[in-house]
Amino acid sequence: MSSYEIYIAIVIMAVVNYFTRVFPFLFFRKNDLPPYVVFIERFFPAVIMTILIVYSVKDVDFSLAPYGLKEAGGIVFTAVLHLTLKNYLISIFSGTIFYMALVQYL
Amino acid sequence: MKYEKEIKQAFKVSIPVMMGYGVLGFAFGLLLVSFEYPWYLAPIMSLFIYAGALQFVAINFFNAKAGYVDIAIATWFINIRQSFYGLSLLKRFKKTGKLKPYLIFGLTDETYALLTTIKDDEQLKKRWYYFFLTAFNQSYWFTGATLGAIVGSNIKFNTAGLEFSLTALFVVLCIEQYKNLKNAVPFIIGGVASFLALCFVPSDKMLITSIIGSLILMFTFKRRVENE
Repeated sequence: MSSYEIYIAIVIMAVVNYFTRVFPFLFFRKNDLPPYVVFIERFFPAVIMTILIVYSVKDVDFSLAPYGLKEAGGIVFTAVLHLTLKNYLISIFSGTIFYMALVQYL
Repeated sequence: MKYEKEIKQAFKVSIPVMMGYGVLGFAFGLLLVSFEYPWYLAPIMSLFIYAGALQFVAINFFNAKAGYVDIAIATWFINIRQSFYGLSLLKRFKKTGKLKPYLIFGLTDETYALLTTIKDDEQLKKRWYYFFLTAFNQSYWFTGATLGAIVGSNIKFNTAGLEFSLTALFVVLCIEQYKNLKNAVPFIIGGVASFLALCFVPSDKMLITSIIGSLILMFTFKRRVENE
């Protein structure tokens, strides 16, 4: 993106992000939420997080060696660390350093 | 000082967030400049957008030259969980007057968690206490991101693989979601939709296709999603 396009993108993200936060203050009272809204609210965050994991590795070429194994290794490493130690900072940083080591030294 | 008590209390409560936002913000700044973007985008974004996961994903938008409409829709769905935070705060924010727009702007996951879990002290002027708490949290994110960007643009080191911090962040958030839901179906839907999109759609349309595809799947298998 050119720097002009980047600023427009930032404005869009700022506005939409604010909209997501101000939404209930504009439209809703707790008891009259339509059921489909409650449904999306409850289950969509899990869906989008899964999508974003795949999205974040979308530029990896899975048809060439090492076939995305480094990414898979990093994901498993991060997940195991998080399930055992339950500290998100340790998980994210150790996972990233582990992956950087795989990419830079293998 | 006029609001000394409120400032002190807000600072004390915000300390756990300092560590988290400082470090994650730093990683964001570092990652941003590793793609040769100017350092000052980090403070600008942290001031006006102020959303962790979204700011990380924004770097991908810049790289991929994503369309504006796609950015708007993706932003909306990435942050849709925030649309429901406000519901439990409608009452608390009622008498906050001119501070209200900022309190709403600053409703990140962590700030929301602090505002809803910490007991109010009757002695405090609540709206100012909320305000300082929100502002402290944003200042940690802002400072971390700015420092990361400045350090990253002045000290050159091999950043290959640093972009994995985004993946790692989502892995952690995913596990936390699972702990809440204890239901694998939404994750399977997200996985299937994004895998298909990855295989059959050009990579700049992948996110938006996955979002729409998974919404369709969610409503098609609504019972499954809810029942398990």
